[in-house]
Amino acid sequence: MRTGTQSPSVGSSTDYSGVVGEVLDVDGLLADPAIRIVVCCGAGGVGKTTTAAAIGLRAAEVHGRRTVVLTIDPARRLAQSMGLSELDNTPRQVKGIDGENGGELHAMMLDMKRTFDEVVQQHTTPQRAAEIFANPFYQAMSSTFAGTQEYMAMEKLGQLRSTDEWDLIVVDTPPSRSALDFLDAPARLSRFLDGRMLRMLLAPARSGGRSMFSLVTASFGLFSRTVQKVLGAQLLTDLSGFVAALDSMFGGFRQRADETYRILQDPQTAFLLVAAPERDAVREAAYFAERLVAERMPLAGLVLNRMHRSEVADLPADRSEEAAAELDAAGENQLTAGALRIHANLVRQTEREQRVAATFTDAFPAVPSVSVTAQPADVHDVDGLRTIGALLA
Amino acid sequence: MGERVSRWPARLHVVTGKGGTGKTSVAAALALGLAAGGKRTLLVEVESRQGIAQLFETEPLPYKELRIAQVAGGGEVRALAVDPEEALLEYLDMFYHLGAAGRALRKVGAIDFATTIAPGLRDVLLTGKVKEATTRSQDGKRAYDAVVLDAPPTGRIGRFLNVTAETAKLAKVGPIKTQSDSVAALLRSPISSVHVVTLLEEMPVQETLDAIAELNALRIPVGRIILNATRPALVTAGRVTKAELKRGLAEAGLPTDAGTVTGLATEVKDYLTRQELEETLRAELTETGLPLVELPLLPRGVDQAGLDELAAALMRA
Repeated sequence: MRTGTQSPSVGSSTDYSGVVGEVLDVDGLLADPAIRIVVCCGAGGVGKTTTAAAIGLRAAEVHGRRTVVLTIDPARRLAQSMGLSELDNTPRQVKGIDGENGGELHAMMLDMKRTFDEVVQQHTTPQRAAEIFANPFYQAMSSTFAGTQEYMAMEKLGQLRSTDEWDLIVVDTPPSRSALDFLDAPARLSRFLDGRMLRMLLAPARSGGRSMFSLVTASFGLFSRTVQKVLGAQLLTDLSGFVAALDSMFGGFRQRADETYRILQDPQTAFLLVAAPERDAVREAAYFAERLVAERMPLAGLVLNRMHRSEVADLPADRSEEAAAELDAAGENQLTAGALRIHANLVRQTEREQRVAATFTDAFPAVPSVSVTAQPADVHDVDGLRTIGALLA
Repeated sequence: MGERVSRWPARLHVVTGKGGTGKTSVAAALALGLAAGGKRTLLVEVESRQGIAQLFETEPLPYKELRIAQVAGGGEVRALAVDPEEALLEYLDMFYHLGAAGRALRKVGAIDFATTIAPGLRDVLLTGKVKEATTRSQDGKRAYDAVVLDAPPTGRIGRFLNVTAETAKLAKVGPIKTQSDSVAALLRSPISSVHVVTLLEEMPVQETLDAIAELNALRIPVGRIILNATRPALVTAGRVTKAELKRGLAEAGLPTDAGTVTGLATEVKDYLTRQELEETLRAELTETGLPLVELPLLPRGVDQAGLDELAAALMRA
């Protein structure tokens, strides 16, 4: 099953003596029918979206699985290469892929606002929903709340999984300030929507302005006075309206977030940490790995993107650079001198990248990893994704 | 000195860039560079990432302006991690003398609630604190010669800086409105300047161009595009033949076996492919008409010496 899409130049390049530990078997993962969800997570700018798309393509072409890739905010050209031109909450079939093994690739871009609207519609009456949609708080929250994107990505994942029409769902996580936000933000959002604060705000409304608990009333009074002072009375009216409208939905948000969280803990899910060989990205991956272990979430392994490799492994950087200097001094063979400097820089870069990568593999020796060689040019078509997929597997 | 002022004329430097482009390092280097010659600068972060502490290898920063580096010539850089909750409490205390009541509010979760449910409010508080530091005076002098903000990434920068629009949705009157109006005015004045950090890679460049268009539409002035981690051109020829390489290697006394020659030729070919792409991207950035500043790739990563090197390069630019 592994034949056909692998280009010959690619097969030999996954051997990295500098990175120790077990090699992540991505093909094994994608071929396993018990794996239904792959979550790609990591810091911003490490190639999560590309990795997710490449994995989805490989699952469809090589492993014959009916696959959907849920992307959040992909680069325009990458999105176009998959036939996605706008935010669209419906998976669209990606054309131009090899369907010989019976697989299909579908892709969708998350529309955060629309997903939020759908959740509201499902949990309340049409009239209440209309009230909620008109409220400025809802409008601000559904489009800008820090964490809405993560919550809605989880929500969409839950929806896709519940229809049971996909062999495999590949999720690209939002470009958060921290990779951990993907796990934390939904809980945070649902806490706000379902939580103590809202109940407290509601307390006076429920008992006709008088709460049973004087502490609650006092806090609310203090809160509302402060909000009124700082933000003005209109805002408080809007907030009360929002809270009252959401009252009918209590429980729904938290319950849904909890359900999705449980799916993430299930062995049907595989988390892939994605990192580039840079200190921050690797540190972020390490935080995430610790967290996944603590939450007993199934961490499949680490994908190290954009690793460089030298084609002439036995020519050391120093020697190469000295030789370049000699050639320069002799005043001839300047092209070779340039080539030797390119080589020296590449070797040094490779060594640095392997040191950075080793900080992760040393800390998590049991987590398998795979390195993906940096491509000379950026990936933005199906062929490029296929190459990345072959490097991964 | 006069020259330096004219090169980096703003007093508030907002540094943004796509994740992974090194904007925190560039912001830190700018704060270091602008502190040279006995100046005092403030380096601010607003996303609770503790990126500054990690960069300078110190303990996590509290909500306090603490000295993080001394610069030759008597200059110093202070650092501040603005926490939105603390900023709201400080703000309430400043305007309403809340004191204990403020702490009580925090206890019931109101602060958390207010700063989270209204993201515009959060950004007003963060940018408000930056504005306060930028305009603060002590003993009749500016507290800081320059303030450098390690701002949110390009994808969120427009919304973050466009405080008025965000809060206008929520607060039509009141002190928050006043506050956001004054922040908006500062960000549109020559006192402040937004710099965008990018790598010569496709996605960061695309996001840079998008962010510049967005900021232009918001009438927020963009200062410079900072190209981070650039490499000098080592080979300029369009083609390197194996025969040529073999001759050169023999001359240098290095192995001339087929593996070495072919390997080097492949490395050069990849390098040239990359260089060609970089040139295209550089041209796209030049078309914006904004000044480009190039910072070198630090082969050993960003350590203290590396930051100083970047600072020097920024000040030369």
